[in-house]
Amino acid sequence: MSAVTTPARGRVREFLGSNRGREAIEAYILILPTILGLIVFTASPVLASLYYSFTRWNLLSTPKWQAFDNYIELLTEDPLFWITIKNTGYYVLGTVPTGTVLALLLAIALNQKIRFVAVFRTIYFLPVVSSVVAISVLWLWLYQSDFGLVNELLRSLGFRGVRWLSSVTWAMPAIIIMSIWHGLGYNIVIFIAGLQGIPQDYYEAATVDGANAWHKFINITIPLLSPVTFFVLTLSVINSFQVFAQAYVMTRGGPVNATKTIVYYLFQQGFENFHMGYASALAYVLFVIIVSLTLFQFWFQRRWVHYEL
Amino acid sequence: MSAQDAPPIGEARTTAIPGASAAASEGLTSYRVLYITWRVLLYAVLTLVGATMLLPLLWMISTSLKEPGEVLLLPPKWISIPPQWGNYPRLFDVLPFDLFLINSIKIAVFATVGALLSCSMAAFAFARMRFPGKNVIFAIILATIMIPFHVTLIPLFKLYRDIGWLSTHLPLTVPFFFGTAFGIFLMRQFYLTIPQEMVEAARIDGCSFIQIYYRIFLPLSKPGLATLGIFTFLGSWNNLMGPLIFLTKVETMTITLGLTLLTNQSGGRWELIQAGAVISILPIVVMFFIGQEHFIQGIARTGIKG
Repeated sequence: MSAVTTPARGRVREFLGSNRGREAIEAYILILPTILGLIVFTASPVLASLYYSFTRWNLLSTPKWQAFDNYIELLTEDPLFWITIKNTGYYVLGTVPTGTVLALLLAIALNQKIRFVAVFRTIYFLPVVSSVVAISVLWLWLYQSDFGLVNELLRSLGFRGVRWLSSVTWAMPAIIIMSIWHGLGYNIVIFIAGLQGIPQDYYEAATVDGANAWHKFINITIPLLSPVTFFVLTLSVINSFQVFAQAYVMTRGGPVNATKTIVYYLFQQGFENFHMGYASALAYVLFVIIVSLTLFQFWFQRRWVHYEL
Repeated sequence: MSAQDAPPIGEARTTAIPGASAAASEGLTSYRVLYITWRVLLYAVLTLVGATMLLPLLWMISTSLKEPGEVLLLPPKWISIPPQWGNYPRLFDVLPFDLFLINSIKIAVFATVGALLSCSMAAFAFARMRFPGKNVIFAIILATIMIPFHVTLIPLFKLYRDIGWLSTHLPLTVPFFFGTAFGIFLMRQFYLTIPQEMVEAARIDGCSFIQIYYRIFLPLSKPGLATLGIFTFLGSWNNLMGPLIFLTKVETMTITLGLTLLTNQSGGRWELIQAGAVISILPIVVMFFIGQEHFIQGIARTGIKG
């Protein structure tokens, strides 16, 4: 703060000398690392990435500007791009609705006054803390065609086994089943907390009015839980659009691209083929999809999320 | 786990069991039958789901203790006698798993310390202080949660390459010292539960805000710090994409990345691969059992207030 005497600078100095000003200085000191991080590790890369998406660049040369060529190629000439969009969409639709409904039902079951709640909760939560890689390695073995436990179980129930991960039809469902299994416990915990936040008075009042269990579920539990459901859905969609590790460990995107997701394709283009410009364009397409879906969910929530009865 | 576990009807009436209170006025016997059926069904479903969750993990351990010949037995054998504990040391001959473990611990500890420091500081400013631009900056931080990591990946890769950070652990630790959106949000949620009167009182006693932060709020938010610490440690330990891109030398790799390497290189030696998987999740599972409450509280808190 050098001695400058223009009127604007004078007002700033006056503010900084006041109590409010000293508070602001302390606050800026506390958030300084975060601001720096925001600039260096988020904002600059996000902008740089946008620039690279308009260039041809193999990491060794200097990026060469080519306007919208990457995007045009992606959207009109690259069949693989649309396959990865379709695969990722399949994965999101396969995991999010089923995972959310299952988690909600199990949370309701666990929220009844039952014994061993802590034991059940711990068991349901064990897969969540394990890495996707470890879980994928485990399920790679479970899904093994001839000696895997999944097919062994199917055979013992009288079904025929399936060549899970080497089948174009079954590879993605296999990854979806595993991912639901992996993430279930997380959403259960969120839903339980939401259920416990619903005041018991509502249920008691409804009982006095002669409502049965089903009516209470539809008219009290579902609406009052809707903010939590909204949160779970929004985060699940953001996360599941970025699916990568499962495909990387279990199938390498195969068989015949059946499990190649957007992020997997981005990884291949960027870090296997070193098409950095093209990969940046892919990243931006993913970014736009995620942001628009999130904004859509925020807009649409007004129609179904109740913050009170 | 049977109907005997069901509490007496009087207790049930005070809970949210569907139909419990409504049915109470009808004959007790028919209600009791209905109630017991409901409870049995409940426990049956919960147990079935529990088995679905647990059995694959037990199978991982079971396979890791088998001889190569036993792995491909049909019908499958759950317990190998004697257990082949030797599979675990053998793992360390195939790949440097000791280094992988040390690297993972080192990276996760530094990332955790960094996140705890930077997030607890920034969160305090956002929760309890007034300054120009506060709401805008906080909104921007929250909005960054939507940005996929992959959008920043390529420029960060270039940056780290240019400053010589590739194949070091710096890209996986240093950014955590500069705040994470999730961590700031989580800590702010915890701080908001601490009464404002404590700030006022400390201000009257002449404390600066920074003093209030480390003398009052840090000690009072230990559960919050524990939650954030566990989350950060777990996220760092389980991360695949970061190590896969930034760590190219085998001796710098993490356990999670090492496990993918083992899976590729071991040529279908399932007992070794599963032993690797067990080793990679064991530290995390132990940590989960120790800090379970913090973990669950943390998820519940961020989930509900979100």
